[in-house]
Amino acid sequence: MSVLVYIDQKNGQAKKASLEAATYAAKVAGQMGTNAIALFLGTADASSLEVIGGTGVTKVLHVNDDKFNSFDSGVFTKAIAEAADKEGADTVIVSLNQNGKTLGGRVAVRMNAGFVSGANSLMTADFKVNTNVFSGKAVSEVQYKSAKKVVGLSPNSIPTEDNGSTATVESFSPSDTNFRITVKETKVLDGEIPLTEAEKVVSAGRGLKGPENWGMIEELAKEMGAATACSRPVADLDWRPHHEHVGQTGVAIKPDLYIAIAISGAIQHLAGVNQSKVIVVINSDPEAPFFKAADYGIVGDAFEVVPKFVEAMKKFNAAR
Amino acid sequence: MKILVPISTVPDTTAKVAFTDGNTKFDTNNVTFILNPTDEWFALVRAIELKEKNGGTVTVINVGPATNDQFIRKALAIGADNAVRIDGEARDAFFVASQIAEHAKSEAYDLVITGKETIDFNGSQIGAMVSEILDMPYVSLVSKLELEGNTFTLDREIEGGDEVVSVDMPMVVSAQKGIAEQRIPNMRGIMQSRTKPLAVVPVMAVEERITINSFELPVAKTGAKMVDAENLDELVRLLHEEAKAI
Repeated sequence: MSVLVYIDQKNGQAKKASLEAATYAAKVAGQMGTNAIALFLGTADASSLEVIGGTGVTKVLHVNDDKFNSFDSGVFTKAIAEAADKEGADTVIVSLNQNGKTLGGRVAVRMNAGFVSGANSLMTADFKVNTNVFSGKAVSEVQYKSAKKVVGLSPNSIPTEDNGSTATVESFSPSDTNFRITVKETKVLDGEIPLTEAEKVVSAGRGLKGPENWGMIEELAKEMGAATACSRPVADLDWRPHHEHVGQTGVAIKPDLYIAIAISGAIQHLAGVNQSKVIVVINSDPEAPFFKAADYGIVGDAFEVVPKFVEAMKKFNAAR
Repeated sequence: MKILVPISTVPDTTAKVAFTDGNTKFDTNNVTFILNPTDEWFALVRAIELKEKNGGTVTVINVGPATNDQFIRKALAIGADNAVRIDGEARDAFFVASQIAEHAKSEAYDLVITGKETIDFNGSQIGAMVSEILDMPYVSLVSKLELEGNTFTLDREIEGGDEVVSVDMPMVVSAQKGIAEQRIPNMRGIMQSRTKPLAVVPVMAVEERITINSFELPVAKTGAKMVDAENLDELVRLLHEEAKAI
């Protein structure tokens, strides 16, 4: 019996969300009195394998095969299930990032395991976990009834730990390498913090009047080390790319800090962001419903407040 | 080409979320149900567009009681050709995926396309589970889908961008914004939908692997601390010293 965690990687580095999953796996394994084992598929940086060890995982299974540098849910599922079988792991943890959403249910079906999607609490000794439902409007407690369990861990649910421990690295060769998905092109905006991984998010709404006014939002995001996001009308009007749309029909996020500028706070928007730890609302309308969900609020015109916010952040950063 | 579109019904996005029976059941009182937006707006419409261009059929499938027929008829009015309803309560994602896959096994679909997630349980599970049961390639969070011969070219979301991939049919896709534009059913579609075939199939037994014990509403915030619009230094100080968010 052990716990296996799938490490999602990019350019040889474990993604942030996967290090959270590894930390989670080590904690679950600790509770069960067993070990956590990580599975790294594809070419790895030696430093990245060390970082994984620091989370408390005791062994890293490494598939050092560059074919695995591109993602195919079918082949990856088979590799994870085979590794779990080999290690006698009856619990598998995946971070529910983009690739995790593609894999979680698949791995569970292959292993005849129960699957909880979007877990945000540590699994208890009697196999209960909490998960967000109704797009963050409620939490449900789910209990596994099956012997095998797959946990889809919601990103930003637990902080990554580095306790200085190291893991042994063992090579592993999955028996199925029949890739059916061919990656043609990867289009990633350089220097941008991916929204789903961001700890801080600066978001703006239709109150900004046009895409040409996003310069100050981007500047504020840059000063804060934040990702940018937007409300649905803004994405629908093509002022901003669709992947920036947060809300019930867009992406749901739970950063440490969410700053909403000129967004009124419709229920569908709140559903996508109300798991954020701290919410700041800047709106010219003191009656905007978003203030009820906020920790800090400023009533004021975005075109006056945001430039002052940028200046205040510059001063803050310079003093650090 | 033959396309299958799994569709789900969900509470309307403005629905007030409340629970009954000691917080174990979703309170459906005064709740309006709708077709799951990502199924209706994105998966179904793109399926219909592919059919219009390449010929073939679009079948919608739903797991639910007879009261769901009104939503299935709406999907037919938008342009699906026929429908299957698996007659039972959608207990959990594995239950639903098993029913859909069981139907698909005997139908040789070229494409199974569903929405990226339902807006109630947000699990993103159906596509993944169906693809594994059917042993098909699966690409999720797809914002663009084109077909050339037997090969699909898709844009899928990754952290901070997109990846373009190609896959031979048959395959399973989860669709999101960008792949198609919402269609409103017209009068002709609504008239035709009444006579389009809707097969009702009994459920098959599926092992219960997880169970929901209870629901809880998040603790409401106590009220925002208001900061003067002229004093952004104060906001920055609060975010740093009090909230420890920067």
